[in-house]
Amino acid sequence: MWFPRLASDRVLRARPVDGPFVLTLRESNTDRLYCLNAAAERLDLARGMSLADARAFCPDLLSQPARPDLDAQFLTALRRWALRYCPWVGHEGVDGLALDVTGATHLWGGEEEMLADMQARATRAGLTLRLGIADNRGAAWAFAHFGTGQNRLEDLPVAALRLDDKTVTGLQRLGLRRIGDLTTAARAPLARRFGPALMERLDQATGLLPEPVTPEKEPPHYAVRMSLPEPIGLAEDVMGVCARLLAPLCDKLMAQETGARQLCLTLRRVDQGSQQVELHLAAPMRDPNRILPLFRRGVDAVDAGFGIDQIRLEATQVEPLAVQQIGSAQAAPDQLNDLITRIGTRIGLENIQRYLPADSHIPERAFSIAPAAFSAPQNGWSAPRPRPLRHFPPEAIAATGPRPPARFRWRRMTLTTGRAIGPERIAPEWWMSDEAWRSGLRDYWKIDTREGRRLWLFYTPQNPGWFVQGEFA
Amino acid sequence: MRVDLNSAFPLRPARVHEVCGAAAVSFAAIAARGTVLWIRESWLPETLHPLGLMPFLAPSRLLLARPKDQTDGLAVAEEALKDGALPFVVIEITRPLDLREGRRLQLAAKAGGATGLCLIPEGMGSNASETRWKATPSFDPHREDSTLMRWEIIKNKSGTNGAWNVRWDQETHRLHVVSPAGERPGSARPPG
Repeated sequence: MWFPRLASDRVLRARPVDGPFVLTLRESNTDRLYCLNAAAERLDLARGMSLADARAFCPDLLSQPARPDLDAQFLTALRRWALRYCPWVGHEGVDGLALDVTGATHLWGGEEEMLADMQARATRAGLTLRLGIADNRGAAWAFAHFGTGQNRLEDLPVAALRLDDKTVTGLQRLGLRRIGDLTTAARAPLARRFGPALMERLDQATGLLPEPVTPEKEPPHYAVRMSLPEPIGLAEDVMGVCARLLAPLCDKLMAQETGARQLCLTLRRVDQGSQQVELHLAAPMRDPNRILPLFRRGVDAVDAGFGIDQIRLEATQVEPLAVQQIGSAQAAPDQLNDLITRIGTRIGLENIQRYLPADSHIPERAFSIAPAAFSAPQNGWSAPRPRPLRHFPPEAIAATGPRPPARFRWRRMTLTTGRAIGPERIAPEWWMSDEAWRSGLRDYWKIDTREGRRLWLFYTPQNPGWFVQGEFA
Repeated sequence: MRVDLNSAFPLRPARVHEVCGAAAVSFAAIAARGTVLWIRESWLPETLHPLGLMPFLAPSRLLLARPKDQTDGLAVAEEALKDGALPFVVIEITRPLDLREGRRLQLAAKAGGATGLCLIPEGMGSNASETRWKATPSFDPHREDSTLMRWEIIKNKSGTNGAWNVRWDQETHRLHVVSPAGERPGSARPPG
């Protein structure tokens, strides 16, 4: 199966356009045409042309940037669809699928009927599809890309052998234009001139070398569902169902050596409405006995209405979690993670934080704050100079001169300087633009006041002013 | 009569205590045991500086919770105290607790065995608290890196009130009780 216009078909399926349409991909500072629709191809536009040239040919050309990642996802979806024809489906390049239909054609009434069905379904879905069927993968590729009507493999051009452009040009210079010319020519000189790849491709196309189709592995699907004969409405019953769903889900997670990080419980009510309970876990987890109590708060908040008759539990985000040997010192972090999860359901998991050391001499940036659920405690703290215990945005005080004031007012208190230790000069980090450090250098002083408070003051010599920024213990 | 600080100071476990005054944060940092959950509402501009905290408590042992208001903060505190996974919970209070809230915190601490400490603005104490402390920094004319403070216990459900001058020793991580100026060995006798 070859989808010659996979990318543009994907976009046009969502938003059909009349007239020429192209997708462009930016390559070395030029927008080049990446994929064209049929109308654009009829206007003699070609892949690889620059968008400016194409606009000159065709002023009413519509274009859109290409998204190769979404195209790959779309091809994966098409691969799942192709599983309806046979169980042995693999990717073939970025815009094709290879199906091993051996023993599956009779289910569709024969090869012709199966191909007709594929073509009809693809056309109905708005996809351009070219099909080739042959006894081996290379020949099928050749027929899909170059086959026209009822011709033989020998009549196809040499490009149908999946060769690179250089080899194709070289063969054409030698006068070998068709595959038939190659099969009758002497092999040894050709192999010497073009390398073993040419002979390998030829043998794959003629069936002398086997080339199996490798089916893709299905990604594991972490969801379980239960339909109930009678609607339920009590929180206890919902938790009971939840417990029965968790067991198979956790078995599956265990088999894949993964742990759930985010779970979603969907409760469908009799009146077709549905409610979701989301659970964000502080650490990947697969122990049903620990996960179940964490759902309690969410389930209590659910409005059951006339009753719930279908419950679906899905692990929407999973992380690898290796099997661990049971030890004695395991309990404490688990209990802490459960607590973080429970608190996180109330105030949000990102609002439980911890300090991590950062490499900066600017006091505000000597640490970073990270969510506790996504970081591990780190050591390696070092303070070359004493730093205040409490730290707040700078508060201006009335004082002048580079020496600390003998008396000053701060937060409606009159304070007398008993001892001043300093200055410690800190220069702004010029490679970071920080609004607060626009005033330039800072000379920090530790002021012990006679009233007892030990404050951290700074003076900005380049922009004179005194500020209080912190308080020592 | 002088009261021994040891009768009150490592704070009685499985209870909720209160502290007010300018050195309340230092008091909390000194009193903390094990991993600490520090609950502070997210709108407050002030932050704890981990490097300043280092002489008292390793910053890696600190977890911060940033609820959006006090109702959420108290719910988090109750949950954490009841769970007992964290031995010490610090709650910064911004409005007075009513009797019910104070009692619930106390019951949660009893159930989980964790110690709670509320940092309260002056005069916002709750009746349910086990002890109430007032910590104020004081000026030390002798030492530059001093952390001299005056700790007063102004409410005690099971003991007597008292007042001490204390200083934290950063090297040995110990609390020293400092005698009042007149009673120090070698100092001149107070006049009269």
